[in-house]
Amino acid sequence: MSALLKVEGLRVEIARRGRVMTAIDDVSFEIAAGEILGVVGESGAGKSVTGTAVLGLLERPAFQAAGRILFDGRRIDTLDEDAMRALRGREIAAVFQDPLTSLDPLMTIGDQLTETIRTHLDLTQAEAVERAARLLAEVGIPAPRERLASYPHEMSGGMRQRVVLALAFSCEPRLIIADEPTTALDVSIQAQILDLLRAMCRERGTAVMLVTHDMGVIAEVADRVAVMYAGRLVEVGPTQSLLAEAAHPYTRGLMGSIPDMHRRDVELAQIPGSMPRPDAPVPGCAFHPRCGQALPRCAVERPLTFTAGASEVACWLADPAARSAA
Amino acid sequence: MNGVKDTILSVDRLTVRFDASPPLLKRLVTGAGRRTVHAVEEVEFEVARGSTFALVGESGCGKSTIARAIAGIQRPSGGSVSFMGVDIAGFRTRHAAMPYRRNLQMIFQDPYASLNPRWRVGRIIAEPILTHGLMTRGAALTARVAELLETVGLSPGDTAKFPHQFSGGQRQRISIARALAANPAFVVCDEPTSALDVSVQAQILNLMRRLQRERGLTYLLISHNLAVVAHMADDMGVMYLGRLVEQGDAGQILGRPLHPYTRLLLDTVPDPRAPKRDRARLAGEVPSPLAPPTGCAFHPRCPLANARCARERPLPIRVEAALVACHAVEEGRLPSRPPAAQQSFATSGDAA
Ligand SMILES: Nc1ncnc2c1ncn2[C@@H]1O[C@H](COP(=O)(O)OP(=O)(O)O)[C@@H](O)[C@H]1O
Ligand SMILES: Nc1ncnc2c1ncn2[C@@H]1O[C@H](COP(=O)(O)OP(=O)(O)O)[C@@H](O)[C@H]1O
Ligand code: SF4
Ligand SMILES: [Mg+2]
Ligand SMILES: [Mg+2]
Repeated sequence: MSALLKVEGLRVEIARRGRVMTAIDDVSFEIAAGEILGVVGESGAGKSVTGTAVLGLLERPAFQAAGRILFDGRRIDTLDEDAMRALRGREIAAVFQDPLTSLDPLMTIGDQLTETIRTHLDLTQAEAVERAARLLAEVGIPAPRERLASYPHEMSGGMRQRVVLALAFSCEPRLIIADEPTTALDVSIQAQILDLLRAMCRERGTAVMLVTHDMGVIAEVADRVAVMYAGRLVEVGPTQSLLAEAAHPYTRGLMGSIPDMHRRDVELAQIPGSMPRPDAPVPGCAFHPRCGQALPRCAVERPLTFTAGASEVACWLADPAARSAA
Repeated sequence: MNGVKDTILSVDRLTVRFDASPPLLKRLVTGAGRRTVHAVEEVEFEVARGSTFALVGESGCGKSTIARAIAGIQRPSGGSVSFMGVDIAGFRTRHAAMPYRRNLQMIFQDPYASLNPRWRVGRIIAEPILTHGLMTRGAALTARVAELLETVGLSPGDTAKFPHQFSGGQRQRISIARALAANPAFVVCDEPTSALDVSVQAQILNLMRRLQRERGLTYLLISHNLAVVAHMADDMGVMYLGRLVEQGDAGQILGRPLHPYTRLLLDTVPDPRAPKRDRARLAGEVPSPLAPPTGCAFHPRCPLANARCARERPLPIRVEAALVACHAVEEGRLPSRPPAAQQSFATSGDAA
């Protein structure tokens, strides 16, 4: 099956004070139709930059410096503003951490939904209102018809994020970029929103790029996981196997550092130090100064990507040549 | 919890309410009444010296308000807090409160907001030592600050830097060094790692545990993160809408939760080690603390609620090493946990 979204060798640079820094580099991944890809990593890893690039929303000082982005086999990173705007909302929708990024505080929920619907779909006002009410019902908003007249500030954070989901799904997009959609919510509301997102996607065959810093969220909803570190993808693989036996030393360290509900009196694994920032890049493998297993070549040569089990891993330890020599 | 417990902190029927009424003129014009936020209602618990007591619950359930009442920053509307055997309300003057304050320090979620951005790190850490008159300025104080920085994994050379020159995790280390400066017995930690990435959280939690072992510290740990609580707590209390619904031995509560809210909360937490497990869901949202439901505050969302639950507030009853406030538990109509949940939590008590 051909990929719905294909990102190839994407590099985003940031030009500031006469210096050019690399925010993400050589990022390549695919999302199949109907698939949920989780993109996980610590803050500053480059997750949002990647999502923003796919949405065509990069703003100065950030710009795409290399690579290609293909949607449904068509290159979209070279589209002009108007063409990209037509694609966004219709074919590719976005959900952000703060619902108020997507919702206009001065407009009623109903007006926002119908406006989006009528911009992209050829429907009458009455049909659009009908569709908006059905969407609100589907995302679990009580008394949806009355709610059309409400303003965002009249709702709780969880209810607002439901409205954002209704908005995102309003034109039946094929891909949703969801950037930390539940990070600001309590766990019980988070679970409700994730259930809803997953159910709506499954029903419609919508694909999702789900950006999160939370491995728990990944475990709940992602079919596949892409782990980001210092602007690069270090490991990509199916959720179950990646969580159970991560191949990259960074992924393993990350999993070990998460407190385990079931084993209380163990010391948490610690990754020493912190992730390098774009203004102080590390040569070779960006993780090598913190890696307990680093080889001499890790400090000088950027690792290639190898297959390890069901995953793709950017780590010299996974190099079959090195493994057979060892 | 066998044997004689050395209680360092005792919270007795603590109640904190806030007046959230519209201004008088508006009330007169619109006929609106007074409004009261029931932030904390009749909360009781004890903390044993050298242990970690964790308060867990969703945002707005009253955790930080309890922390502030214990730290003496928030005046209770009712009930009392006694620390090292002395009622904190008795400390009227600043001077008399000194020994109490020295022994009780706080760490907050946002280390940046709680560190004076215009002070150098050395001054930030020396301040509590000077305030409590433990040392005077000089070489010994400088050495003490350097030692504290090393204790929390920073370098003595950091004294001349400002908070903004550090990462979030390092700033939390500075907060910890400041909290330890006066050699306290008790540290209230309000969401100490909630703003940090997991790998940095692990560093801070390991540091907190090491310091507790080395110094016999007592922690009141406030967190909305159940995995953090599971990792740190000896005892825990689960809060819902200003009340403690279940409290006691953390191993028992995590392994065999009794209160319907605790059970659903535990089921709701996504677990990276158990992907896509079968689990029950917590429906609806927490009601407003301006108008908490009658009877059991959880009854509108509780799968086990009956007519009595809507009418009568359940009182805590003891079940082994826990206190649970729930009519279903008292009436013996609590179902055994579904197999999926049993399996995923069965071992936590044993491992402790
Ligand atoms: N507009 C910008 N200007 C300067 N730096 C930026 C900008 N956007 C992102 N960055 C930098 O790029 C890196 C990746 O950021 P981001 O994608 O937001 O990380 P994540 O979403 O994984 O937390 C960070 O170091 C961030 O500081
Ligand atoms: N100073 C205040 N005035 C009015 N309401 C307050 C004040 N402080 C806290 N509250 C309210 O009290 C309740 C408990 O808040 P808090 O203790 O901060 O909860 P938590 O720390 O568990 O998230 C919330 O509904 C909050 O809005
Ligand atoms: S007292 Fe009743 S409503 Fe409250 S938790 Fe128990 S069963 Fe549910
Ligand atoms: Mg981000
Ligand atoms: Mg709080």
